[in-house]
Amino acid sequence: MKRFLRFWWDFIVGDDWRVAVGIALALGLTAIVATTAAPAWLVLPLGVAAVLWLSLARAAG
Amino acid sequence: MGVTRGWRSALAGTLAASLALAAIVAALGPALTVIPIEILRLVVGSLLLVFGLQWLRKAILRASGWRAVRNEDSVYERETAAGRAAKSEERAGLDWYGFTVSFKGVLLEGLEVAFIVLTFGSTQGSIPLAIAGAVAAVVLVVIAGFVVHGPLSRVPENTLAFVVGVLLTTFGTFWGAEGAGVDWPGGDAALPVVLAFVLVMSLTYVGALRRRRLVTA
Repeated sequence: MKRFLRFWWDFIVGDDWRVAVGIALALGLTAIVATTAAPAWLVLPLGVAAVLWLSLARAAG
Repeated sequence: MGVTRGWRSALAGTLAASLALAAIVAALGPALTVIPIEILRLVVGSLLLVFGLQWLRKAILRASGWRAVRNEDSVYERETAAGRAAKSEERAGLDWYGFTVSFKGVLLEGLEVAFIVLTFGSTQGSIPLAIAGAVAAVVLVVIAGFVVHGPLSRVPENTLAFVVGVLLTTFGTFWGAEGAGVDWPGGDAALPVVLAFVLVMSLTYVGALRRRRLVTA
């Protein structure tokens, strides 16, 4: 059971849990902006770029 | 496992895992089709995105020199030695180590493939088409294996990981945003634009991290 849960943790979260949290926040922000007149389609790509760079910079720090 | 512990136990483990995998897919496939498409796209998109970013992150770190590129030959040697050194225990007429390692490997790796095929198929409304694509990929890989006859280490593994990471991140971004209520400008025509964005972003990050490595070296 422990190995099974470990598999799902590695599968979804992987090496850096901050990526999963960052993407969850970016999706939440996208959903909020989508209810306004602002261009919500920009939010997630920019969020992905920011989350990935922060994770990479941390790994290469 | 076949080489180190015997083919009978390895094939039995593979067969048992394939049956378990088929049962999981048969149960999950129809269940996915009754979930509302927006919720499905949000869940599938966010999972693909997080999953794809893991691949992309590792591939970028390897391509920029911040993480060692996997040496498939040494990995094979290490795993072979571990397989030969493991204790022998017979259950149900099978070498239990060979059976369980084969079962676990096929089931877990197969789950990843099943997850990608089912989510792509259900989000685009055609699971049979996605399964046909997966089967075609398996056939191509088997044919390539027979035709090329080269060692696996010649396959540029990190390039493949990079491409898979870019594709998963692209589809994850597209469907995740749609699931969160976004209407993409141009509809599905925005997908190649998102792909180009993810590709350029990833290559830019590889370049930036290479420069950072040169400065710190």
